[in-house]
Amino acid sequence: MGYKAKFRIWRGEGGEGRLEDFTVEVNEGEVVLDVIHRLQATQAPDLAVRWNCKAGKCGSCSMEINGKPRLGCMTRMSTFEESETITVTPLRTFPVIKDLVTDVSFNYQKAREIPSFTPPADVKPGEYRMQQVDVERSQEFRKCIECFMCQNVCHVIRDHEENKPNFAGPRYLMRIAELDMHPYDVAERKESAQEEHGLGYCNITKCCTEVCPEHIKITDNALIPMKERVVDRKYDPLVWLGSKIFKRQR
Amino acid sequence: MERHEYDVVVIGAGGAGLRAAIEARQQGKRTAIVCKSLFGKAHTVMAEGGAAAAMGNVNPSDNWMVHFRDTMRGGKFLNNWRMAELHAKEAPDRVWELEAWGALFDRTKDGKISQRNFGGHEYPRLAHVGDRTGLELIRTLQQRVVALQQEDEKLHGDPEAYIKVFAECTITRLLKDGDAISGAFGYWRETGDFIVFDAPAVVLATGGIGKSYVVTSNSWEYTGDGHALALLAGAKLINMEFIQFHPTGMVWPPSVRGILVTESVRGDGGVLRNSEGRRFMFDYIPDVFKDKYATTEEEGDRWYNDQANNRRPPELLPRDEVARAINAEVKAGRGSPQGGVFLDVSTRLPAAEITKRLPSMHHQFKELADVDITKEPMQVGPTCHYIMGGVEVDADTGAASVPGLFAAGEVSGGMHGSNRLGGNSLSDLLVFGRRAGAGAAAYVDGLAKRPTVTGVEEAKDEALAPLERSGGENPYEVHHELQRTMNDLVGIIRKSEEISEALQVVEKLKERAKNAASSGSRIYNPGWHLALDLRNMLLVSECVAKAALLREESRGGHTRDDFPGMSAEWRRKLLVCSAKPDGTSITVEERVQPSMRGDLIGLFERSELEKYLTEEELAEYDAAVKES
Repeated sequence: MGYKAKFRIWRGEGGEGRLEDFTVEVNEGEVVLDVIHRLQATQAPDLAVRWNCKAGKCGSCSMEINGKPRLGCMTRMSTFEESETITVTPLRTFPVIKDLVTDVSFNYQKAREIPSFTPPADVKPGEYRMQQVDVERSQEFRKCIECFMCQNVCHVIRDHEENKPNFAGPRYLMRIAELDMHPYDVAERKESAQEEHGLGYCNITKCCTEVCPEHIKITDNALIPMKERVVDRKYDPLVWLGSKIFKRQR
Repeated sequence: MERHEYDVVVIGAGGAGLRAAIEARQQGKRTAIVCKSLFGKAHTVMAEGGAAAAMGNVNPSDNWMVHFRDTMRGGKFLNNWRMAELHAKEAPDRVWELEAWGALFDRTKDGKISQRNFGGHEYPRLAHVGDRTGLELIRTLQQRVVALQQEDEKLHGDPEAYIKVFAECTITRLLKDGDAISGAFGYWRETGDFIVFDAPAVVLATGGIGKSYVVTSNSWEYTGDGHALALLAGAKLINMEFIQFHPTGMVWPPSVRGILVTESVRGDGGVLRNSEGRRFMFDYIPDVFKDKYATTEEEGDRWYNDQANNRRPPELLPRDEVARAINAEVKAGRGSPQGGVFLDVSTRLPAAEITKRLPSMHHQFKELADVDITKEPMQVGPTCHYIMGGVEVDADTGAASVPGLFAAGEVSGGMHGSNRLGGNSLSDLLVFGRRAGAGAAAYVDGLAKRPTVTGVEEAKDEALAPLERSGGENPYEVHHELQRTMNDLVGIIRKSEEISEALQVVEKLKERAKNAASSGSRIYNPGWHLALDLRNMLLVSECVAKAALLREESRGGHTRDDFPGMSAEWRRKLLVCSAKPDGTSITVEERVQPSMRGDLIGLFERSELEKYLTEEELAEYDAAVKES
């Protein structure tokens, strides 16, 4: 049942580091995070890794396994050959703090830049009436566990530090779509998505969708519809005419 | 050393902590949220089923009185009745408020919040979002904090002027000025640097203690920090012997053993079977619930569609009953191949319905166990899930006995008595999170002057000790032995000799933990963090074991093999733990619980109360009824 697996794990802090080799016991049914915990307990007590729920629900243990962003707790060892060397590295898009732990504050910064849910002033708590079919679109996006792997894999910022200030990333563009599709949200979302949060940078390569552990169709259901809404607004002849008349009157 | 001044410091960023912090900030207090993980990752995300609130959206017969009665029954009448009353009355408002902050619950046909059935709840009562309600709750509260920060940015030019999150920061000591709280001491996980909070009020919202057990649904954060911090600061812990073993945790593969399988599986029609294919729960309906549960499979099955004319199936008994039944079946040799029992929804609902109602269960079994729950049964067994015991608090304000100290959510004790009903946790943390935040704000308003921080040097020395030792104990080994000991000797079924043995082991482990050494630097060093957490886990384990040894009866989350019956005399008594500031000499004292208010006890039939109360209490009841 058990066997010895070969791991190469990135270790380091303060901007320096290297891949370190380990040989470690693996038992039936285990996931990569189990193996990292065994390393902590037996060989490398100060090996840094984030984790919480160990059930794919909190999105803490994002890492790159053989170069692919994955949740350590949901990556079963049985998906690898026993002879394979498994390489584990931190998320590439964010600065490394230590070993597998990265500084993800970029995401919290972006979260704060998206205006919050804005219901009409006259609806009181308890008075909300919404049909299931109308909440389902936004509910899909609210399945997001904020593992930030879509942010990590998005090529707009993965290798382009310079785009970070102007681009919210798939997770937060999806948040805008979620709010725009919320039956009670009254805030303007379309123009700002384009002008302030960088929706235009996205060229729908679907990397975010592919990597999403919750299987949210980020590109098809959030980003593309949002792009369409922006276009409708920008080129809608009536809106265009209205804005001209309005300007002239002033 | 980094130092911050706040009015209120909230420790913990799960549901209770965030709701408390939001309240304190809304009352105009400068508020800090300090949490061990990243913001939005707390254990609340794992709650699946829903938040119990008697909104009556699905069955209009529901109201706070029915919810109150269910809660008291679930807790076997040991609950702090004032908390159970406030909880039942205020839960609907707390759920509706979330909706106004952006939460998107599943809907009824007429557009209201949908409510689902759950164990021990008479009517469909749980507001939910599929089986990921906890995530919805934490994300909504997180986004509410962000909304307040955006407001503050507009008003003051600084989003963190009135509410700031200190993420990946662990508090190791509460600081005091004389008898009263004056702040908190901790370290940044990222750098290992120390941090001091200068604050007259601290709200503990640190959750539970599950990491003292091997098989648990709890994450690494659940090391009993708040319980231990309160104890060391001079507060009292009550009901520590009552631990909820959730009946359905995964049993295979070994590495995920204990991970939760939501009760919604049963609420939505799933049934429990043993290796002989028998729905064994029909054999385990206790006397106190005899008239409330179906006695045949046919009646139980009819109940899902016609609740007015049928009784509910016994799979939906309170969690303690179901967990004990599973335990007994496995012990009798009628378990599943992997050491649990079968939980089957595949033959009960169409596949599409299962993936819609239970998406994360479907995902979890598929990814982790190669089991397709739409085609085959799950194998499940009990897992350490929740501690009913915690900091003794005033029901209305969340205030502990130490001035300036407050607690809410799982870390507080009393609300759930000897056993918590599913769904009552998410509502608990909203109701009492808000109350503790308001309580702390009012306390700060009433102070003549700010207290002075003391004890920083001692706290620093204590925190550094494991790094300064060389060649000491491996903290991972000490932790592992503690987990095994508590699991095997103070687990779901307990007996005197075993608990005594556990206490001896804990004594030895305390000595070893004092000698725990951590190699490496102070930067993000999990070995060091664990060495510090050990103090808390050991303190809490000692309280659990000592209280478990004293309570010579079986009730809710405390089952004594040597005292199998429920005792009316013991029902009146709470066991209260206290310790010296250095964590030594933990003592447990008996305290008589105050009698229930007349109008509340009047909500029950005498015939039901006879199963729980002493003759003396029944005489009081008769007198109260006569008077009204």
